[in-house]
Amino acid sequence: MIDLIILVTLLALGYGFGSYAESRHYKSIIARENRLRHIPAVTSRFPQMNNNSRDAELVSGSVVISVDYFKRFIAALRNLVGGRVTSYESLVDRARREAILRMKAQAEQLNADIVFNVKLETSSIHKGRGNSIGSVEVLAYGTALKTQQ
Amino acid sequence: MLVTNIEILPDKRIVEHLGLVQGSSVRAKHVGRDIMAGLKNIFGGELKGYTELLQESRAEAMERMIEQAEAVGANAVLNVRFSTSSVAAGAAELFAYGTAVVLE
Repeated sequence: MIDLIILVTLLALGYGFGSYAESRHYKSIIARENRLRHIPAVTSRFPQMNNNSRDAELVSGSVVISVDYFKRFIAALRNLVGGRVTSYESLVDRARREAILRMKAQAEQLNADIVFNVKLETSSIHKGRGNSIGSVEVLAYGTALKTQQ
Repeated sequence: MLVTNIEILPDKRIVEHLGLVQGSSVRAKHVGRDIMAGLKNIFGGELKGYTELLQESRAEAMERMIEQAEAVGANAVLNVRFSTSSVAAGAAELFAYGTAVVLE
């Protein structure tokens, strides 16, 4: 009985704080994405060979994000029947966008105009109980260049 | 020391290729951070302690790579890549590698 109460409390805490944190995070992501739109991050490997491009420098951004208890519970249920695990989809989406934003913020500090050859790397660094994924780390890196005179 | 992850630089010419240079660092998380992370696993959100830890160890891996590049007489490292792997429970290896070159 006491186990059930603990479980329900954890689920409620996870649901409450988790969805609040997620919606706040998304709001801040969208605001910063709009602000940093003037620095495009592209995956092409070769910059244009005109003489204006200069001051190449490696920039990177990384973030570790964890899912809440409620979402992990839902994902565990989803494991029984299979299908899309939407609760983890939003986790990696948030992590990737946040990592790219941090990379762009670093490029902005260097007064760069564009970030070339962006690569994303995702790894699960912390295993939760059982074999459920606790959290993911995303690293985004690329080369910042100045292209204007 | 110039470090980038593109293969050619628009404003500089490569004089000499000196081969692969690499650096790595293996870190374990400490207990305090683990407890905080345990709490965050209930509420969800960013694990700032881990983010910092991984950033520090990645910076160290890069530093070691740059040291190696300096030792072979390079003045730039091009086409740098990062890779992460967990070698043991609770420890992660951060690995950086690239091509050491001499730019004019």
